Amino acid sequence: MDLQDLYRDVIVDHNRNPRNFGRIDPADAHAEGFNPLCGDHLQLWAKLDGDRIADVQFEGKGCAISVASASLMTETLKGRSLTEVHDYFKQIHALLTTDDYKPTLPLGKLAALSGVREFPSRVKCASLCWHTLMAALDRQNKPVSTE
Amino acid sequence: MNSSVDSPITAPTTAQLQAQAQSGGLDVVRIRKDFPILSRQINGKPLAYLDSGASSQKPRSVIDAESHYYEQIHANVHRGVHSLSQWATEAYEGAREKVRGFINAASTREIIFVRGTTEAINLVAQSYARPRLQPGDEILITWLEHHANIVPWQMVCEQTGAKLKVAPIDERGEVDVAAFENLLGPRTRLVALAHISNALGTVLPLQRLIAAARTHNAAVLIDGAQAVPHMAVDVRALDCDFYAFSGHKMYGPTGIGVLYAREAILKTMPPWQGGGDMILQVTFDKTTYNTLPYRFEAGTPNIAGAVGLGAAIDYLQSLGLARIAVCEQQLLRYATATLEKIPGLRIIGTAAEKAAVVSFIVDGVHPHDLGTILDADGIAIRTGHHCAMPVMEFFNVPATARASLSFHNTREEIDRLAAGIEKARRLLGPPTATGTN
Ligand SMILES: Cc1ncc(COP(=O)(O)O)c(C=O)c1O
Repeated sequence: MDLQDLYRDVIVDHNRNPRNFGRIDPADAHAEGFNPLCGDHLQLWAKLDGDRIADVQFEGKGCAISVASASLMTETLKGRSLTEVHDYFKQIHALLTTDDYKPTLPLGKLAALSGVREFPSRVKCASLCWHTLMAALDRQNKPVSTE
Repeated sequence: MNSSVDSPITAPTTAQLQAQAQSGGLDVVRIRKDFPILSRQINGKPLAYLDSGASSQKPRSVIDAESHYYEQIHANVHRGVHSLSQWATEAYEGAREKVRGFINAASTREIIFVRGTTEAINLVAQSYARPRLQPGDEILITWLEHHANIVPWQMVCEQTGAKLKVAPIDERGEVDVAAFENLLGPRTRLVALAHISNALGTVLPLQRLIAAARTHNAAVLIDGAQAVPHMAVDVRALDCDFYAFSGHKMYGPTGIGVLYAREAILKTMPPWQGGGDMILQVTFDKTTYNTLPYRFEAGTPNIAGAVGLGAAIDYLQSLGLARIAVCEQQLLRYATATLEKIPGLRIIGTAAEKAAVVSFIVDGVHPHDLGTILDADGIAIRTGHHCAMPVMEFFNVPATARASLSFHNTREEIDRLAAGIEKARRLLGPPTATGTN
């Protein structure tokens, strides 16, 4: 168990200075996510341009992993097509849950999340924003919970 | 074999004497050897277990009592003429007598074995409150209750049309006694209070609160889950009607707990669950229920758990609850003073009378991250909402970190906690907080 592997510089930076932290009003998609175990709570807003994410922003309170993950996600997904978004979702899911997973997409900074896998109690922190985004894009507009 | 020959008796060193004085006269070094788990390593570091409030560790005598029971005694209770069944019954009923003495109940008929505090409170909600409550009747609780002392009452309110009232707390985490008294009224049927708050450590002024409830003829339930491991409890001196607690928080096994209930009230309560053991006679026309306390113990009980709980009571009494209280109060003072020195750390729960629980938050470091960082150093604390979400809401925090101390903890462990918090601040805290960067 190596803390340095969990709290890599990219994670620490995105926790201290979250990117895309704010609301979009009006938004085309919105959802709210909860992690009852640690009290993480976040909201996501997205503006769509056809099948592309023109803008995505988030707000919320949470641990370093959940804040950094949301910040990294929003940074990566801006301008991507919905197909790409779904591909990233699958990659991140595999990265967080599969030992020695070799991503089939260039993940860029998102690869910093691979250290979370060694800390099973923290996987939900990293995946909360992704599940929330999926809920927003499905236009469910219902709160999602990691439980 | 004969250690007094091998090791000449030497006078205790000043350091040893000091350590003993700091721990209320308890010999912490020896006590730690009673707990097998305390000598193990976690992530390559010696375990510092600061999470007894969630569940305490078990001394060797409790573990041995359970395995001895299974190796030498086990059979079903109350239903066999063979020797083992009689011995098992004696062991189980012997544990009941120990519990009775432990909380000074008048009779073993008032001691019902259950799974834990949660089940005890649900039993009272369903068997005492539900048949009695009318629409418009009121149940009064406080803002600092554990979910186990909130949700069962919400359920019974939904079932009966009764209303749940909540007495507020103040910034220190103390119950506002005047507001509590104002919330009592002619419709208050039941008052349900924690003895000690698990999230804040507050010891409630039960004497005053119970006396106030009595003037309105309300029944009183005390959630004693956090109290029994820390202080001597006397249910008759408290003058409560129900007292609930869990074995696993008082150095006993999981899956066993106790509901104390005044006999006069128990007699008026219908059984909660039906089945074996709780009956005298069953025909398809009519079933006659068993006497107390068996009427409330349907099915084969947790016999080994009860035996283990009895051993835990023996263990606590051999140390002495008064000495335990002194020792833990000294640890609490030390922990409070040590943690208060850390910049950006705020203690949540600063009541004048507290058990050895320190809940806190640290600027820029989420409790969940702190928990992970401390765990890497072998330090176990609890992080989260502590099953007391209204308390978190009151203090406007999503979660806290909580160190809950036991007589087996040391000042060195508290120093390690402080060092771990400093490490977390360097790693995650605001850049200015570290002085560098
Ligand atoms: C004050 C309080 N009440 C009730 C409970 C519930 O106890 P159990 O989970 O053993 O039923 C707890 C345990 O966390 C507690 O601290």
